[in-house]
Amino acid sequence: MKRFWGFVVKEFYHIFRDYRTLLILFGMPAVQLLLFGYVITNEIKNARIAVLDLSKDEVTRKITEKIVSSGYFLLEKNLTGYHEIEESFKQGNIKMVIVYGAEFSGNLQKKGVADIQILGDASDPNTANILVNYARGIVNNYLVSLNVGDIPAMVVPEVRMQYNPELKGVYMFVPGIMAMLLMLISALMTSISITREKELGTMELLLVSPLRPVQIIVGKVIPYVLLAFIDACIIILMGKYVFNVPVEGNILLLLMEAFLYIVMALSLGILISCITNSQQIAMTMSLLALMLPTILLSGFIFPVENMPVILQWLCRIMPPKYFITIVKAIMLKGNGLLYVWKETLILIGFTTIFILLSVKKFNVRLEP
Amino acid sequence: MAEEKENMIVVKELVKKFGNFVANDHLTFEVGKGEVFGFLGANGAGKTTAIRILCGLSYPTSGLVNVAGFDIYTERENIKRNIGYMSQRFSLYDDLTVYENIRFYAGIYGLSRNEIRERADILMQKLNLDEARNKLIRDIPLGWKQKLAFSVAIIHDPRIVFLDEPTGGVDPITRRNFWNLIFEASRNGITVFVTTHYMDEAEYCDRVSIMVDGRIVAMDKPAMLKEQYGVVNMNEVFLKLARVK
Repeated sequence: MKRFWGFVVKEFYHIFRDYRTLLILFGMPAVQLLLFGYVITNEIKNARIAVLDLSKDEVTRKITEKIVSSGYFLLEKNLTGYHEIEESFKQGNIKMVIVYGAEFSGNLQKKGVADIQILGDASDPNTANILVNYARGIVNNYLVSLNVGDIPAMVVPEVRMQYNPELKGVYMFVPGIMAMLLMLISALMTSISITREKELGTMELLLVSPLRPVQIIVGKVIPYVLLAFIDACIIILMGKYVFNVPVEGNILLLLMEAFLYIVMALSLGILISCITNSQQIAMTMSLLALMLPTILLSGFIFPVENMPVILQWLCRIMPPKYFITIVKAIMLKGNGLLYVWKETLILIGFTTIFILLSVKKFNVRLEP
Repeated sequence: MAEEKENMIVVKELVKKFGNFVANDHLTFEVGKGEVFGFLGANGAGKTTAIRILCGLSYPTSGLVNVAGFDIYTERENIKRNIGYMSQRFSLYDDLTVYENIRFYAGIYGLSRNEIRERADILMQKLNLDEARNKLIRDIPLGWKQKLAFSVAIIHDPRIVFLDEPTGGVDPITRRNFWNLIFEASRNGITVFVTTHYMDEAEYCDRVSIMVDGRIVAMDKPAMLKEQYGVVNMNEVFLKLARVK
């Protein structure tokens, strides 16, 4: 046992003497979270719009006022004719134009129908979609409040965004980044540190020594378990205190699930280092084979439900997908183990498979 | 000089096959206690395969192998405790200091803290490494690394030390100095099993074996081999044997 701890201590020396490793370990979580939290945001605030009001009456003035006071829009300018619409879009800062037909209020009262047109700049389709929907909602609300037209008994759904009432992007990114970073640190770092010993030739010496192979592997992995776990805590704390992402569920359960996920990623890292002998290949494999799928196929950014069936199947074999589901369930919905036991079992299954494969590979590797 | 003593390595009819390829073809040899045994052969002759088997890194296909009095099939753990190993890459950790490397390797062989401190002090004095004690390995010259790698390989007083081309890439004077360390270890009763490319080093060995294509084609004291083949140095012995296929 004493031999073993000497080995673990040595491993910590390696980590703390390499500033690049340290940077990845502790700089990455903060930087990633800040980047994703602040830069990539789906929320719309102060989108610049223009209004072409051919009617200029009481009602159109009211509607415009409502739209601007919603906080989503900023009235950039009033247009005087149709010809200016195209021009404003081309200038690039105007994202949406609202056009009121002539005699708006009059038509509304006499015929019950009035023309209003909402034009979005769909060169950025997502934003355009969101903006137009917001605007439409505001207009509808206003018309309902006027109680005019031939829709006296209209059903008005009251929408509430459960678990994330303000539709904040960070709610999505905290679980996603946790999945991504823990995978990166655990799988990438361990596979690199093991292949490095192979490249240096020190692995041979270790194998000749009385240390058992399992001690060597566990000894190499323990420091990363600890560090990855610290990272998980950093992410949760930053989420809570910088971005106000709540932890509704049991924090202990959340940490235990994080621990399970770390062990899963580590065993994947071990498997990678058993397959290859070079740090380069280990790094490429970890980055390409793990990072991209983690970002694209885990439901982190793009919803799995919208993908083609084949990709959906591919998503099902991505461990991060399950972890993200678990984290969301615990953090945002406050669910207990009862609701995530299936995903938990799947993660345990992945871990077992990776470890079994590694053991098999490692034994073969000892040979020639 | 070693014939009368107990044998540290006994190998009988050792065969190692990789598929159809026979890497070690019925090797039979013995190495006595304190002997410096040179294990020579061209690249690909099967030296590394044999040394890996002796170190317990790989199982033979068939044959009897006994190292330090223990059976390779059933007593691997005992063998590991009683051997040292140094590879051609002087495998030390670049980002650890001289002292940390010594402490680490002594530690994995289960030496106590006091033993480690004592032996590290003696070792560093002997190698004149005192002032380099806290230097990182990457900052010390190759020759020092080599000596240190060897000293670390025998820090736990093994019965046998396996040296796999321990002098690659260093200059002749450093090599000569290095052999003095080997002789000293041998005088202290450590059996030395060494592979090398340099035929001048073969002359330093008590006995050598020469492997060609997986078989041992000659094994004797260097002087006897030279006499047998009627040549003046080991290099020519080697060339004669290696050419005959």
